[in-house]
This record gives sequence, C-alpha cells and structure tokens, in this order.
Amino acid sequence: MGGDSKYLGLAYVTPYIIGLLIFTAIPFVASFYLSFTTYNLMSAPVWAGIQNYVELFTRDRTFQRSLGVTLSYVFMTVPLKLAFALFIAVILNYRLRGINLFRTAFYVPSVLGGSVAIAVLWRYIFADTGIVNMVLLSVGAEPVNWFGDPKYALFTITLLRVWQFGSAMVIFLAALQSIDQSLYEAAAIDGAKKWQVFTFITLPLITPVIFFNMIMQTVEAFQEFNGPFIITDGTGAPLRSTYLLPLYIYDSAFRRFNMGYASAISWVLFAIIMVLTLLAFWSSKRWVYYAGDRRS
Amino acid sequence: MSAETATIALPDTADSARANAATRRMEKISSTVRYTILIVVGFIMVYPLLWLIGASFKSNQEIFTNPSFIPFEPTLDGYVEGWKTSTPYNFGQFYWNTFLIVLPKVIGTAISATLVAYGFARFEFPFKRLLFATLIATLLLPNVVTRIPQYLVFRDLGWLDSYLPLWVPSALAGDAFFVFMLIQFLRAIPRDMEEAARIDGANTLQTLIFIVIPMLSPAIVSVCLFQFMWTMNDFLGPLIYISSVAKYPISLALQLSIDATEAFSWNKILAMTVISLAPSLVVFFLAQKHFIRGVATGGTKG
Repeated sequence: MGGDSKYLGLAYVTPYIIGLLIFTAIPFVASFYLSFTTYNLMSAPVWAGIQNYVELFTRDRTFQRSLGVTLSYVFMTVPLKLAFALFIAVILNYRLRGINLFRTAFYVPSVLGGSVAIAVLWRYIFADTGIVNMVLLSVGAEPVNWFGDPKYALFTITLLRVWQFGSAMVIFLAALQSIDQSLYEAAAIDGAKKWQVFTFITLPLITPVIFFNMIMQTVEAFQEFNGPFIITDGTGAPLRSTYLLPLYIYDSAFRRFNMGYASAISWVLFAIIMVLTLLAFWSSKRWVYYAGDRRS
Repeated sequence: MSAETATIALPDTADSARANAATRRMEKISSTVRYTILIVVGFIMVYPLLWLIGASFKSNQEIFTNPSFIPFEPTLDGYVEGWKTSTPYNFGQFYWNTFLIVLPKVIGTAISATLVAYGFARFEFPFKRLLFATLIATLLLPNVVTRIPQYLVFRDLGWLDSYLPLWVPSALAGDAFFVFMLIQFLRAIPRDMEEAARIDGANTLQTLIFIVIPMLSPAIVSVCLFQFMWTMNDFLGPLIYISSVAKYPISLALQLSIDATEAFSWNKILAMTVISLAPSLVVFFLAQKHFIRGVATGGTKG
C-alpha cells in the first residue's frame, strides 16, 4: 500500500523479531558456545575446547548406543509411516462412500498421538498381559515381551508413530484430490494401465508433497521424546534399546545438569538433521516435480 | 449377405459385452478389496481407543480376561479412584492448571501470529526477505538445539516453576508454523476489499481488524485449535519448567500418577488416561473439519 511508511510492516512483525532474537537466535548461538564448555549451573561455564565432542565420539558408549538407536528409529519410522500414509490416501482418493468417516478414523490418532495419555495407552496395550498378547494367545501364537525384549522395544515405539500416519495422509489426500482430472482422462484414452497411471502421472505430481512430508516427519522423528520416555519411565530400557538422543540430552541437561555436554549432544543431533535436510533439498532437484517448471 | 454380416457382427458385440462385464466385475472386486482394507485398517486404528474407553469401565479382573471393548459388568471404580490421582490433588486441580496454561497461550498465539502474518503478507519493509528466510529456517530448526539456553534465559528471568516460559514465546509469534500457515491463507485472499477500505480512509490496523480478520477467521480458528491440541499434548515443556505438583498440567499429573499407582490397578490408570484425553477428544469431534482443512492447507501450499 503505497503511501505507508516503509517501517509500518516492520512494526507488525516486531513481536516476531523480539521472539526470534530472545528465544531462537541468541539461544542458537549460545548453545553452540556452551557445547565447547563445561557448565554445571553452579559456576560460570569453563571453556573446554572440543573436549565434549572428543568424549562423545571416543569414550561415551551410552552416546554411541543412543546415536545408533536414534538412526535405526528414524530410518524405520519415517519410510513406514509415509508409505502407509500414501497407500491409504490413494485408496481414499477413489471417492468411496463413507470417505469422511474413514478419514476421521485414520486422523484421530495423529491428533491425540503425541500426548502422554496415548503413550500410557500404548504401554498397557503392549504389556505382557495386554490386549495385543491376549489376541496373539487366542490365535495360538506366542506372546511377545514387547517392551522387555531389546529386539522389539524400539519397533513397538515405531508402531506407535506409524499408527499416527493420519496427518501425513490428509496432506497426501489433499494433493491427490487437486490433480487435474483431465490428465487421467487423457491417460485412459491412450489405454494406460492403472499402475502406469500411478507411476507416471500420480506419483510425479505429488512429489512436492512427498518431499514436504518426508522432511517434516524426519525432523520430528529425530526429536521423539514422549513415547520412549513415558513408556520406559525415562530409562530407555531394555538395555537402552529405546534410549533415543533426546532422552540422553534430557538426562544430561536436566537430571545431571551437564549443560555443556548436553549442548554438545544437541549439536551432534542438529548436525545430523541439517545434513540430511540439505541432502534432501539437493537431491530434490532430481526427483521433485513442480508444475510449470520446464526442467522435468 | 445380411445374415453373414450379422454373424460377423454378432461375436464382436458379444465380445465387447463380455469385456464390459469383465471390467465391471473387476471394478466390483477392486472396490471390495478397497473397502476391506479400509475397514481392517480403520478397525486397527480405532480399536486401541475403544479398548481404552471400554476397559476404563471394567473391573481389574475383567480387563485381563475380556479382550472385547464392551465391559460385561460396567463399574465406575476406576474413575472414582482415578479422579483422586496419586497426588495430594485431584484432577479438578489439574484441569484448572491446564486451562490456565492453554487459554493465554492460545490467545497470545492467535494475536501475534495474525499481526506478524499480516505484516509479512501485505507490506514491504527493510530486511523482509531475510526475516522471512529466518521464519522458514525456524520452521525446520529442531527445538532441541535452543532448549538449554532457553532454560537458562528463563532461569535468569526468575520464571522457573511458573507458566511464563510456556506462554511468552508463543505470544511473540514463536510458533513459526502458525505464522506461515496464516501467510499462506492471506496470500490467497484478494486485496480489493482492503484497498477499498484504505481509500475510504481506514488505517492499516483498522483494515486488519475490520476487513482482514473476518476473512481470515477460519484460518485463525484452525491456528487456535492446533495450538490447543499441541499444548494439551506438550509434555517436555512442563516437565522442564514446572516443578511444583500444585501447578502441574494434566500431562505431568498423569505421568506422575502412573509411576505411583500399583502396577495391578489397571482400571484406575486407564480411567485417568481417559480423563486426560477427554478435553482433546471433545474438541476434536466438535471441530474436526477445521483440523483437516488446517493440515491440508498448511501442507500442500507450502
């Protein structure tokens, strides 16, 4: 709007600028600085150089275990969740009767899912005498010690998050519904088979949404905390097989008050997320299709 | 001749009729397959919640013997015990605390996100591109990096064990996702009405309040609903900042009570879980359209 001072817009975004500085920008820099110090809250931070990082990668077995667990958790959860979300979205996209009912049923868990209550529910569903084992027994299968056996514990948490595929599914469904129907008609006239239509029309057109969901779900999965913390009472049991890095950061910072060391772990986690995000953006030029973009 | 054409033509139409019937049969089969998948998956999705609600009305013995979600002999024992929790307070107190956290946080989010989104979507100003880039970066920035220094800031301000650390960042448009969502909505709204209002002498704030906000209100409602859910679900924030049980929100109270409840009183634990979920469930079912629209818009237009 022409006559306005060019600072008027700045006035509207002032709350954001203040918040950005106090709660994001300065803490971001401070956290990087702290990661090179020893700081137990009692006395001022003491510069320690790269000692925290050396400790993490050479001596700290807990960290190495936790890092491995985190990576397997993320690489198990994200693809499973996205594949499932897309699969269901494609089925729902067939304009079936009762679609709204199904969509709601699939969506509820992802709205409630992050809560303590749902983690508690999961703990009791998969308990030794829980409903899942009751069903397994009744069909003659061996009951599984879901949270007691290191082989299964992490997978059970993955299941908890895959169960919450709903919000990713709703985003996929919206993208599927916005695809121009004339493309499908043209393909039908050309005699394309269903899988061809899906591979060559549907999939390329929704790559931007796959990309968006992938990034968001990955960043979220790396920060998983509530599920394992509540289910294992914060211990990451059994044998630390569910001890994700956010749990280790919480213990280091808020139970042992090693703020410097905890900051170093946070930065390792951040660096991993950043490298993977940059890789995704870099590779997206090759596989993400934007309508109106001549390149593809 | 005519008989011959007929005999030639006949198998042809019979073939295509058969082909049509085959396609129709295929359609029917695949639609049955689709429904079967949806119903099975839908059942698996909803069953844990149904089981939870049903089991909270069962006696402890029945929980371990009856896999169905319908209780044979419904009892309110779990709720009577559960409402009291294992703390010196009952759930009434924790509901009230949660309300005290959620309400200011939602209001602060709605106001600040609207102002900031309006600024970004409708004005040119110095450093706009840079600031917008930081907004996108914040969207992707894992909270885990800033959490420790944030804690130190709140400690130095003397805000620990109060709700201020939970309110203030949101009141300063700290949830980039919401600002971004409102910017996307605003970009899709034509500016004609606003320009007309400006010509009639309204200033930008009046234009915002009387023209933009009414048009933006569905999006603002979505922002409020999502912030409500996220705040209800938030566990780590209160865990770090709130230390006295008298100030605990539902999420912390539930976790504490479960640690303290004897392992075999499942119906008490499950009843407490239902009590904790009840506000979110009610809000979700009253407003599910807004939730679904919110996700779809925030996601696809990004």
